[in-house]
Amino acid sequence: MAARESLEVDAGTLTTQRILGRVATYAALLFFSVLFLFPLVWMLTTSLKSIGEINTSQPVWFPSPPQWENYKIVTAKLNFWRYALNTVMLCVLTVTGTVLSCSLAAYGFSRIKWPGRDKLFIITLGTMMIPFPVLMVPLYALFKEFGWVGTFKPLWVPAFFASAYNIFLLRQFFMTIPQDLTDAAVVDGCSEFRIFWQMIIPLARSALMVVGLFCFMAVWNDFLGPLIYLSNENDFTLALGLQAFQSQHGGTDTNLLMAAGSVMVLPVIVLFFFTQKSFIEGISLTGLKL
Amino acid sequence: MTREQKRNLVKGLLFTAPWILGLSIFTMIPALMSLYYSFCDYSVLNPPVFIGAKNFTSLSTDAVFWKSLNNTLIYAVVALPLGTVMGIALALLLNQQIIARPLFRTIFFLPSLVPLVALAILWQWIFNGEFGVLNHALSWFGIDGPNWLTDTTWAKPALVITGLWGVGNSVVIYLAGLQDVPRDFYEAARVDGANWWQQTRHITIPMISPVIYFNVIMGTIGVLQIFAVPYVMTGGGPARATLFYTMYLFDQAFRYLNMGYACAMAWVLFVIVAGLTLFAHRMSKGHVYYGGA
Repeated sequence: MAARESLEVDAGTLTTQRILGRVATYAALLFFSVLFLFPLVWMLTTSLKSIGEINTSQPVWFPSPPQWENYKIVTAKLNFWRYALNTVMLCVLTVTGTVLSCSLAAYGFSRIKWPGRDKLFIITLGTMMIPFPVLMVPLYALFKEFGWVGTFKPLWVPAFFASAYNIFLLRQFFMTIPQDLTDAAVVDGCSEFRIFWQMIIPLARSALMVVGLFCFMAVWNDFLGPLIYLSNENDFTLALGLQAFQSQHGGTDTNLLMAAGSVMVLPVIVLFFFTQKSFIEGISLTGLKL
Repeated sequence: MTREQKRNLVKGLLFTAPWILGLSIFTMIPALMSLYYSFCDYSVLNPPVFIGAKNFTSLSTDAVFWKSLNNTLIYAVVALPLGTVMGIALALLLNQQIIARPLFRTIFFLPSLVPLVALAILWQWIFNGEFGVLNHALSWFGIDGPNWLTDTTWAKPALVITGLWGVGNSVVIYLAGLQDVPRDFYEAARVDGANWWQQTRHITIPMISPVIYFNVIMGTIGVLQIFAVPYVMTGGGPARATLFYTMYLFDQAFRYLNMGYACAMAWVLFVIVAGLTLFAHRMSKGHVYYGGA
């Protein structure tokens, strides 16, 4: 009887401990959620404020009334639609080039056995170690030689010639597709390219999606590339245009800057919510399977 | 070589042809050129002139070079461990039995979607000394916040905080690692009376050590090349307190057109990156456990 009582007491303290642990977990989650979300909310609310509501030591939490015309003003001042068009065009070209060339190369590295293949693949992996600054100057010299400086070409043409990291990711995926599946097609006399195009590509849709998404994000985000190669203000991408706008209006039109920032973030967040699964899978994959 | 092998060789080369071209034109040849330029006086406007190791000897006496290297290493030494600990801690939180896990994961991940230029402009506003919301929040606790981005002491910590906001990417990776740890390990440990901390220390951390190792390596390579955020937020100031390695390299190459000098800097960076990776690899032996993967 006594033993049973002490057991029950034990169970009792265990539950209190558990409840306390629960409360602590949710408290921590809420605390960090506020910390992580607040800057985004602050960007949005600031973008809707008047100048008077910004330059005050007593922060205004809710702008009243919200200055929606800030968005109109900034899109006009920033040449926004032009920059957006430039950026989207670069994204489309780069994503197309990367997905095409990398899946071709990944196929060659995973589903055909040829002498020298594995050596070339090791070299490919090795190039991932080279920091971009090493290549920055000679690439500039090369593109200058081609007469491409000041055009979009240095920013998208290389994408059609594949990149080590994406080849690696796709190769990993292609190797998981059973060999028997394509062997049958070979017996039927299918050409290698048809196997690639009509069997492997449809099967690898999720992996291609991941590569395309990350590529899109990288181009949308890229600042250094456009900074080096684009000099004509009409050719700017959103990232470069926003930075140029900031260096002209920084410290004065904070509301407009936040509006421009919000507009640049919005498409990415919308894209994320539509492709969340691929996104999360892709990121988990990059960290785990190397 | 049999006919079959020959056919395969041709096919293999055809499929990888774009990459073989890309590898040569956009990586291998530029890498070799860069190595050559690092021994040249080169402005891109005139052909390179070989000057031996002069760029490297100039580097060794260039105070701004040392300042930028120092800034970068300090930033790395503070930002990397903080980011790693915070990434693992948040992932551990998410790995508890909680409701709405995907919602919290999304909340932590969202900031890492923000394009760097927009991110820099946003945090510039948050850190504003006069009207910034951070100093306002600090004033609730009676703290008189500094002029973060124009104060030589506080500019670097401000950039570290900005960087930590983007930790969500590694949280997602760590969480995926945590969810791969077999449940029975914890059950066995609980039967043996191990508490939460002991389970974390002796099961969780060893089991996800390959993920930590990967993240630390990639983080090191990334953090040594930090560019866009400080370029936009501080432009390297005040008094070069946030002038990082790649920023100085960029200035040398594209502002002063000292392309040879910039290449020399780039190769020094390469040696540092390679050295640190090798060091991490050595350190990982006996500490990284690959049994679970």
